[in-house]
Amino acid sequence: MMQSIKPRMSRRTIRSGVIFHTLAVLFGVIMIYPLVWMVASSLKPNEEVFTTVTSLIPSRVVWHNYVEGWQSAGRYTYATYFKNSFIIAIFSTIGGVASSSLVAFAFARIPFAGRKACFAILMGTMLLPAQVLLIPQYIMFKSMGWINTFLPIIIPQFCGVPFFIFLNIQFMRGVPRELDEAAEMDGCGWLKKYTMILLPLSKPSLITSAIFAFYWSWQEFLGPLIYLSKPRMYPLSIALKMFSDPSTQTNWSGLFAMTTLSIVPVLLVFMFFQKYLVEGVATTGMKN
Amino acid sequence: MTAATAKKPMTKGARLRKRRNNLAGLAFISPWLFGLLVFTSIPMLYSLYLSFTKFDGLGDPKWYGLNNYINMFQDGVFWKSVGITFQYVFILVPLRLSAALGVAMVLASNHRGIGLYRTVYYIPSLLSGSVAIAIIWSKLFGTDGAINGILTMMLGRPMTYNWVGEPATALYSLILLGCWHFGSSMLIFVSGLKQIPQSYYEAALIDGASPWQRFSRITLPMLTPVIFFNLVMGIINAFKAFSEALIITDGGPMNRTMLFALYIYKQGFTYFKMGYACAMSWVLLLIISVFSIFVFKSSDGWVHYEE
Repeated sequence: MMQSIKPRMSRRTIRSGVIFHTLAVLFGVIMIYPLVWMVASSLKPNEEVFTTVTSLIPSRVVWHNYVEGWQSAGRYTYATYFKNSFIIAIFSTIGGVASSSLVAFAFARIPFAGRKACFAILMGTMLLPAQVLLIPQYIMFKSMGWINTFLPIIIPQFCGVPFFIFLNIQFMRGVPRELDEAAEMDGCGWLKKYTMILLPLSKPSLITSAIFAFYWSWQEFLGPLIYLSKPRMYPLSIALKMFSDPSTQTNWSGLFAMTTLSIVPVLLVFMFFQKYLVEGVATTGMKN
Repeated sequence: MTAATAKKPMTKGARLRKRRNNLAGLAFISPWLFGLLVFTSIPMLYSLYLSFTKFDGLGDPKWYGLNNYINMFQDGVFWKSVGITFQYVFILVPLRLSAALGVAMVLASNHRGIGLYRTVYYIPSLLSGSVAIAIIWSKLFGTDGAINGILTMMLGRPMTYNWVGEPATALYSLILLGCWHFGSSMLIFVSGLKQIPQSYYEAALIDGASPWQRFSRITLPMLTPVIFFNLVMGIINAFKAFSEALIITDGGPMNRTMLFALYIYKQGFTYFKMGYACAMSWVLLLIISVFSIFVFKSSDGWVHYEE
């Protein structure tokens, strides 16, 4: 922090720079080590995974692990599990983002009776642990015949996700009201104001919500664990858990190949939308 | 809020407008209201009812009075689980927050390549709750895992300690995994640090303030709103921790990692004591509420909002 104030590059600042970068890189290596170890292990010959456990360079690169891992997954291949994960993630994301944006608009702009009370309840539900709802929801969805379908996981997302509602409210509050007023002069109602002005302008918070929605639904574990008992319906998270049982799993490099593949979508989304994500995370903590 | 709330008798136009606003508001929040009713409120009431019953998930719930709550007090695993959860929360949250703040402060400097470091440190946070990572963690810290491999090289003698399997260290391996995800708090701290006016530090330098004084008198007080936010979210999420414990240790060894949320799941879906599980989930809710209220109430004393 203080280096910025000093104008010249003295020997001391160079030395502190070297120390800084050495430590920062070292720390980065530690942080990223588990991921590198996973990728390295997924490329090793299976018998070497735990015998050369510290080596991050495979003695020979075995791409075939990915083929074997893909196929050795019970009656189904990982194609099924990836497909299921994508279905859950895509519908949850669309539902969560669309409904949250609608609800956020009402909280951010429309002066309706009971808005304050509703907002307090909304914030309260953010603190509510999922475990309280686990059993009653399970019984409810069971009586509706929704067990072994994706519905119990996807449908509640269409009722808005408190965190995304909050994120969008915060963003919409920052949009100048003059724009609304101008629209009102032109005789626009609330729906028009939403679709013509706030919806397009809140693109950044929509994207941030979409990224989080995708991450959470892609990695969702508890819901599928309870509602999906047929292997045909397993998403990746459950499939990986089932095939990681040490008493039955022998093809570890194949399993690590699949864990690696399972985080590829997460990293890809991060690469393309990094800016939105970093800004989104930063603002959530700032404005309340 | 608007002109419509003024005390004067309303004109017909204003009344109409108010009604239209109420209807529009209701229409826009209707998805959320529906969810609040159907997926939250009704299940919560049902859960409260079930907590007073004996219910295996198949037959009809049988009225059981306060017995579930009484049984809890005699359930040794319940108490162990409460203790372990507190241990988990109160070690993990301060540790992760200080790591996040420390790294954020270093990253707030003007060295080159800061953006890259920030990205690399943040990546693990993307994978919090990931099954893949939990599997990797259990293998890294297992008997023949890479941690033992590295220690063997460093210490020069073979290490075969099962970090996730031994009662002494199992919980700490989970805490370490939690700390690994410090990235999102770090990002929030970085942007909080950037909002502190540089002139404060310059003034302090002129007054001859030491680095520690600059930290404790400027940085820390100015950051309290951000610390507060991270603290609340951290505590709540830590109380809810579940999938790591299920996948890595399955509550063992000897229930040393039987986090409260995991114990609720086991009672409900492994032993099918759903009434008991509901009663426990209400205790969890009570504990989280007490802590949230405590943190919120105490915040008047230590959180400084700038006007």
